[in-house]
Amino acid sequence: MDLAFSKEEMAFREEVRAFFRDNVPPETRRKLVEGRHLSKDEMVVWWRILNKKGWGVSHWPKEYGGTGWTSVQHYIFNEELQMHPAPAPLAFGVSMVGPVIYTFGNEAQKKQYLPRIANVDDWWCQGFSEPGSGSDLASLKTKAERKGDKYIINGQKTWTTLAQHADMIFCLCRTDTNAKKQMGISFIVFPMKSKGVTVRPIQTIDGGHEVNEVFFDDVEVPVENLIGEENKGWDYAKFLLGNERTGIARVGVSKERLRRIKDLASKVESGGKPVLEDQGFREKLAAVEIELKALELTQLRVVADENKHGKGKPNPASSVLKIKGSEIQQTTTELLMEVIGPFAAPYDEHGDDGSNETMDWTAQIAPSYFNNRKVSIYGGSNEIQRNIITKAVLGL
Amino acid sequence: MDFDLSEEQRLLKESVDGLLNDSYDFDHRKKYMAEKGGWSKAVWGKLAEQGLLGLPFSEDDGGFGAGAVETMIVMEALGKALVLEPYLATVVIAGGFLRHGGSSEQKAAHIPGIIDGSKTFAFAQLEKNSRYDLSDVATTAKKKGDGWVIDGEKFVVLNGESADMLIVTARTKGGQRDKSGIGAFLVPANAKGVTRKGYPTQDGLHAADITLTGVEVGADAAIGDPENGLALIERVVDEARTAMCAEAVGAMDESLKTTVEYLKTRKQFGVPIGSFQTLQHRAADMFVALEQARSMSMFATMAADFDNARERATAVAAAKVQIGKSAKFVGQQSIQLHGGIGMTQEAKIGHYFKRLTMIENTFGDTDYHLRRVTDGGGLV
Repeated sequence: MDLAFSKEEMAFREEVRAFFRDNVPPETRRKLVEGRHLSKDEMVVWWRILNKKGWGVSHWPKEYGGTGWTSVQHYIFNEELQMHPAPAPLAFGVSMVGPVIYTFGNEAQKKQYLPRIANVDDWWCQGFSEPGSGSDLASLKTKAERKGDKYIINGQKTWTTLAQHADMIFCLCRTDTNAKKQMGISFIVFPMKSKGVTVRPIQTIDGGHEVNEVFFDDVEVPVENLIGEENKGWDYAKFLLGNERTGIARVGVSKERLRRIKDLASKVESGGKPVLEDQGFREKLAAVEIELKALELTQLRVVADENKHGKGKPNPASSVLKIKGSEIQQTTTELLMEVIGPFAAPYDEHGDDGSNETMDWTAQIAPSYFNNRKVSIYGGSNEIQRNIITKAVLGL
Repeated sequence: MDFDLSEEQRLLKESVDGLLNDSYDFDHRKKYMAEKGGWSKAVWGKLAEQGLLGLPFSEDDGGFGAGAVETMIVMEALGKALVLEPYLATVVIAGGFLRHGGSSEQKAAHIPGIIDGSKTFAFAQLEKNSRYDLSDVATTAKKKGDGWVIDGEKFVVLNGESADMLIVTARTKGGQRDKSGIGAFLVPANAKGVTRKGYPTQDGLHAADITLTGVEVGADAAIGDPENGLALIERVVDEARTAMCAEAVGAMDESLKTTVEYLKTRKQFGVPIGSFQTLQHRAADMFVALEQARSMSMFATMAADFDNARERATAVAAAKVQIGKSAKFVGQQSIQLHGGIGMTQEAKIGHYFKRLTMIENTFGDTDYHLRRVTDGGGLV
């Protein structure tokens, strides 16, 4: 057992850190630090810088543009990215549909889509959840009917993140209505500008517009847009959801936010002294730091395990990451609220698109707190995570 | 970055688990508890035979030169089996004092007896008003000729009833809460002026309240610098805390396993109660608490190699906080999920809960260590 990173790994961390320091546009970093939203352009510009460096799709196989890094290197890269902070690569393309295409797609599909994912020439969004299918995803109803060399798609998706920016969607559609619910689903991709696709924004409790409803009304999609085999989509969806085990803890994000909490708490006064000097507050902060340290160690146990033994058999501890990671993220946004206190109240009506800077950044603290309630709901709610532990780890 | 055990460590784990599987089930434990002093000399002899009592000592001192990870492995196994024998007091704590502060004469005089199992030790530190503060010492050691005269009262001294030797913290100068002027002294338990009142503790171990009245010891009784011993005491106690974290992980691991087994077998409403989602999710939360505790136990263990003393101490304190919280949750919920049967002395599960509860309150509880982390500047 050894907690230390190797010399090579330390050098790698320096290299990554220096690259972020020299290449993340300062305005982009500042907006993230202040909890503001980024415009589409700001994100795409940064991702193309990253892709030019060869780090845009770092975890893909080398033949498709990946880096061949070890699990520990990926861990270091993500942690530095989150702590800088810089926008993480667009998960829907890079972490979700990309791996499905290079694992299950045909050569033509790989050639057509993978380079465009890496360079964000296409912005991808995810068509999984439906109004009646949340945790019970396999009950989805969106239908794709085969007619000659086309699928005719009808139905509705929801919670589609940043669909307003998207060029492409990957969609779970029912292609066999008679089969058992998991067996009749296919994984189909198509352009968002296809005739019959309508995007309607959903405003969330923070006032922001991240998610959307997407309607399909007789959308015609060529059959070659099916990924893998017809009616095998559920397997690909499970593959996709199980792909990202360790990044989900977002330890670097919470570390960065803890630094912001300390910084703010050293400036905001209460009773003639900084909030940071209040013993009660300091103990709350220390309690979160300890939880986060434990999570970081749990994550490192999983990473070191993958590094040495490969990704074959998931380490049972990996199922802790989503639950604790989301809880800690939520607690840190709560602590920021606590520091700013009554000054959390002013609401920036135009804060969402990142263009309005007339209000102090502290106006983003409450929205960020409200918004972060999502992290224990998405990606398999924490209750679903407990179901997984119950079955897969405890055998109940 | 590696959390795997080495081949040798894996063998050590197998051998200690194997020994305890054979000789330390719940019925055995009851018998050992009824023996004189509340633990089994025969088991202690087996631990000595397997070399476990000599693990941390250097090869020069007759030991195996093992490190913190090996102690973690043993303590976790002891926690799983709820072992009563005085490994913590003798090997971890007294061994720690001798290894880190003992003169070559002291090592030669005391380490062989520990390794061969013929002598056990106890750490007489807690006082009426000291609570968790290691520098709050009212017991005095006054110079007399070349030696010392020790006077004071010590409480809840683990293994104090049957120990052959005591390590007593005492003040050589200064006021009751001064950080300087504290020493650690080797005192034979049968020395003139030592009186011991033994009793069982809540978790089935044994302790003693000890009064020292004009106890005379030689110059060679002081371990390290008798006027500046606090750093040594803190170091050894941090090692004891780290060892107890591992013990708690073992006890939590076994508690969860036992509880999950019960959920699978106990039937109500015609089905195993483990089919109810409320209970499933509680068990899942226990698993999360256990894994977070395991991570921090490993962290404290590996922090033994940190160069920076403050970082080392903060890591141990942080681990003790996590273990305290996890142990309380796992312990309490193990009882809850067992229902009425969990309330009985007859069932094993309650005994884990009691040991976990006592661990939380030994050498600093969760609040105490949270403050220690805060005062140490945090972890991020």
